[in-house]
Amino acid sequence: MEKKKSWFSRLKEGLTKTNSWFAGLFGSERINEEFYEELEEALILADMGMETAEKLLDQLRERVKREKLTARDEAKEALIQLIAESLQHETGFLADNGPCAVLIVGVNGVGKTTTIGKIAHLYKEQGRSPMIAAADTFRAAAAEQLGEWAQRSGCPMVRHQEGADPAAVVFDAIASSRAKGCDLLLIDTAGRLHNKKNLMNELSKIRRVIAREMPDTPCEVLLVLDATTGQNATAQAKAFMEVCDLTGVVLTKLDGTAKGGVTVQIHDTLHVPVRFIGVGEGIDDLQRFNAEEFSKALL
Amino acid sequence: MAFEGISSKLQSIFKKLTGKGRLSEKEVRESMREIKLALLEADVNFRVVKDFVKTVEERAIGADVLESLTPGQMIIKIVNEELTSLMGSTNTKLEFGSKKPAVILMAGLQGAGKTTMCGKLAALIKKQYGKNVLLCACDIYRPAAIDQLKVVGAKVETPVFEKGTQKPEKTVVEAIEYAKSHFMDVVIVDTAGRLHIDGDMMEELQRVRDACQPSEILLVIDAMTGQDAVNAAKAFDETVPLTGVIITKLDGDTRGGAALSVRAVTGKPIKFAGTGEKLTDIEVFHPDRMASRILGMGDVLTLIEKAEKAFDEQKAKELERKMRTDAFTLDDFLDQMEQMKDMGSMEELMGMIPGMSGKLGNLTVDEKAMGRTKAIIQAMTPKERTNPDILNASRRRRIARGSGTQIQDVNRLINQFEQSRKLMKQLSGGKLGKKMKKRGGFPFKF
Repeated sequence: MEKKKSWFSRLKEGLTKTNSWFAGLFGSERINEEFYEELEEALILADMGMETAEKLLDQLRERVKREKLTARDEAKEALIQLIAESLQHETGFLADNGPCAVLIVGVNGVGKTTTIGKIAHLYKEQGRSPMIAAADTFRAAAAEQLGEWAQRSGCPMVRHQEGADPAAVVFDAIASSRAKGCDLLLIDTAGRLHNKKNLMNELSKIRRVIAREMPDTPCEVLLVLDATTGQNATAQAKAFMEVCDLTGVVLTKLDGTAKGGVTVQIHDTLHVPVRFIGVGEGIDDLQRFNAEEFSKALL
Repeated sequence: MAFEGISSKLQSIFKKLTGKGRLSEKEVRESMREIKLALLEADVNFRVVKDFVKTVEERAIGADVLESLTPGQMIIKIVNEELTSLMGSTNTKLEFGSKKPAVILMAGLQGAGKTTMCGKLAALIKKQYGKNVLLCACDIYRPAAIDQLKVVGAKVETPVFEKGTQKPEKTVVEAIEYAKSHFMDVVIVDTAGRLHIDGDMMEELQRVRDACQPSEILLVIDAMTGQDAVNAAKAFDETVPLTGVIITKLDGDTRGGAALSVRAVTGKPIKFAGTGEKLTDIEVFHPDRMASRILGMGDVLTLIEKAEKAFDEQKAKELERKMRTDAFTLDDFLDQMEQMKDMGSMEELMGMIPGMSGKLGNLTVDEKAMGRTKAIIQAMTPKERTNPDILNASRRRRIARGSGTQIQDVNRLINQFEQSRKLMKQLSGGKLGKKMKKRGGFPFKF
């Protein structure tokens, strides 16, 4: 809990430091064009993208008119609400309901392996028995890195040699998790740029293996996104959606000054919710996504 | 496609403005919004964009539109020139200093690709500079980071110096000692990824810097980084004054506006680009290419430039007069073809057009066909060239024999020529450059 607070306040701190002009922005002063422009700048600087920012501000103008808001802090509250509403998702995370396979995908260097370690720890603490599959057989020492996390979280791990077929690793891991009675299968995959066709095909093969071998078990496919990523994140989400039916997003490295505003755009266009946020390198530094808190931190 | 987006939008803004003329204030203003949107979509930092747009606007208002360019192209040209100058010149020389061994310190956020880049750089230094390299592992935090560097080192046949989780400032000193006693030229120091607001870690970086006195401090930054790139770059530059930047993951489809942002706030040159997962995938950074990539226009600018050079004005005017007076001959046809050739090979040209390069597989431009056409025309007498109507069957047979082609080829050429002459008559009036494109000389639109 302590950490949660510090992350939030750190975000706010960073913001007041870098954008000192912003402090004076939300007073009880009147709402004018300049105010909207400043809001737009803040949203764009949070990586939301110009079009999404303009769309949100149009909605805000409407609401301000409809509800006859006059003070700037009221308008700001309304904007936060608008963003939070746009990020709400009706269904929960499937792994919370029972046995589940979780496939972790993403481009290189976003923090997939670290995220797996943290998720394993989170569910282990809740009394579940996760199994980890090291299907990143490409990157140098990826399995060693994941092995370290498996050890820290006290979860079993299945791995093959470097260069092995990742789908085969997944196949073995499924068999092994059955034999050991595990109820949560966490699959790490190699980082891949979404415009590399062969690598994306490899991913759809993995997804097919899971569907074939565990037809009755729900599967969550989480895209790990680095919060520092800009507009390219939407292209990433679209491409991964095509090959492996994305069901959610994990936003990592939110402990920096980046805000990850592009997730608003992703939810807007693809209707994929953010499930977790990564806020540090420790095993506990993973939190459930909270739309309201996130929106507050954006502004 | 992004390119079509911006250029067609610019095109529609300038539709009313035909022919030559000046760029008016209103049109420039309107187009600046599109430029701003394009830059923001490419992740160039908001404030950098603001300054940039202002500069371009000032230059563009009232600027003369060059002969053979449309106003839309003119704007793109100005934008590109400004972007390129902001990106700086090519500067890819590595500084090794006077001390031996020279030390290169790599720094950056988590997951930017430092460890992989260390391997790539080691391979490059060995190959291009003929120096031997020692890799020094200083990421003592991330699990298996040292293992990763060892694997990378083995792949590029470079020794890796590591002391487990010993303090990195101590490890670098020992690595330098080791390099000295083994007569090695360069030590590349791989550091842990760190957040720029993490005070302790940034201090550690400073201590490592002080301990190893590097001749190069390179910031490794992910090409996909968004608005936050400026904050990170500024913080690193303030902590350990950088000597250069390496941009990674450029093989993705990101427009890479981060490169521009980083360059704008630090003023440091971007020296290399990582373009793949293989350890040979490192390239010299080309600021001009990056500029057009950010605008999402492929190398369409190169095309504009080439066109400008190839169609020199004199000839163009002469040709225009001929078209109007219907005096366009096969000689002119040949001339025009030669000019096209000056612009570079057709395949190369097509490759520069965004969206075309991928499709070229089944759409190869037949340069041989152009060669044949040339041979046919050259096999004609001057009289035949100026007056193709006299080409009867016997003449055509002679021409086919003389040019080593079939009579069908000759017929086809004559037909094509007649058609283009007809087309030109219909089109006379208006601007030359456009006609040439529509006539089929250019198989593409702007």
